[in-house]
Amino acid sequence: MRKIRTYQDVSHSTESELLEQVIEQQERLADRLSPIKCLVAIASGKGGVGKSAITANLAVGLASRGFKVGATDADLNGPSLGRMLNVSGATLGDSADGVAPAKSPTGVSVMSMELLQSEADAPLQWREPSLGGFIWQSSLETGVLREFLGDVAWGDLDVLLIDVPPGTDKIKRLLEILPSLDLMLLVTTPSETTRFVVAKSIRLAQEARIENIGLVENMESHVCPSCGHVSKLFGTEANEEELPYGTVSLWGSIPFDPRLGASTDEGRPLISTDPTAAVSIALQALVERVSEHINGGAQ
Amino acid sequence: MKFLCISCDTVMDFVERQIPGDGTLAAVFECGSCNKEVAMLTNPMETQLVSSMGVKIGGREVPAQPMELSRTSMEGGKEEVFEVPESGLPEHQGHPLSVTWTPEAVGRLDNVPSFVRGMVKRIYTDWAQQNGISEMNPVIMDRARTELGLEGM
Repeated sequence: MRKIRTYQDVSHSTESELLEQVIEQQERLADRLSPIKCLVAIASGKGGVGKSAITANLAVGLASRGFKVGATDADLNGPSLGRMLNVSGATLGDSADGVAPAKSPTGVSVMSMELLQSEADAPLQWREPSLGGFIWQSSLETGVLREFLGDVAWGDLDVLLIDVPPGTDKIKRLLEILPSLDLMLLVTTPSETTRFVVAKSIRLAQEARIENIGLVENMESHVCPSCGHVSKLFGTEANEEELPYGTVSLWGSIPFDPRLGASTDEGRPLISTDPTAAVSIALQALVERVSEHINGGAQ
Repeated sequence: MKFLCISCDTVMDFVERQIPGDGTLAAVFECGSCNKEVAMLTNPMETQLVSSMGVKIGGREVPAQPMELSRTSMEGGKEEVFEVPESGLPEHQGHPLSVTWTPEAVGRLDNVPSFVRGMVKRIYTDWAQQNGISEMNPVIMDRARTELGLEGM
């Protein structure tokens, strides 16, 4: 058999410049994010736990405290942050330096796939050859997410919130492209299935050596609006030591309130429209904790 | 990706890239020792695999544009979402040469979907400035498109 040199044996460049371009992409992303004080991912691994609603309310709560806040919707196929932060239909400034994000009425800079799509109810589709989408689609969507982070003129934000779609693979992709992450908030619920999936996300984040991981337990209880009786929404109450979360600390505990979803879906995050509601007070406690983190205080 | 001329045990150099517009791609490599050339031909799926990374074989003639991958890959992008400067020219702070677009050139640009129009206009203008050209007309646009490999733009 002939001895043919391997790829690694050959040091000579062919000038195809593929690797160089990938490195340049990473450098551009790092440069864009470097003026941002704090990068926070809001993830779960599980769908339907309220990540986007919590992200939107957190963004508005932080902005109302004077922080310069950005929010990017990493859920390309099911975007909702644009609607929740009331920027649907906004235009984006186009310059060689980057695309200017939409600005919400509450002062949050926003980027979401929803802003780019012509029809709100149309699924995201790519110009594609007829076959083989499963081969390149993940690569393409990771590239588009990189653009949502690195090609948007965020400026010197205090905090950029990243609303991560369901699936632990999506968390992994995000961590692969981000040069660093200051905080990952994992949204869970008292459901046994959710706990099982979130435990996987915790492990993934720990293996990626994310220093600051916080849990946000959503829908942890329901307060009857008539009599004030507090009940559990899920029948799987567990002792703290039985939970599969290890040493990860609880950053927020959000009661269920149907108005949270309804109001936020209408582009009016409840934290600003009804700040005295129990759920808003719980969200403010989360905002306080994240504020301390941004300011370099208690972890 | 590297191409090795086995006879010469020499790594072949990239020479040119051709994009015929049917989703396929041809990349030509040449052996610096025996001058033998080979063409790598990719089918649409393979071409897409490379372009989905936001890279171009052989390198870029023009720098990557903001959100280029999103704009060029999306189906059903919203018209007018990107605000093109009213002046008809993108901002070029600090560049001494201004480029005037003839009405014919502007008309041709109007045929480009607005989703990518600002980006395309910027690419043409940058090229004109780099080549000392102060007026953009359809002939110059054709020349720029050929040199920059802007098929479909």
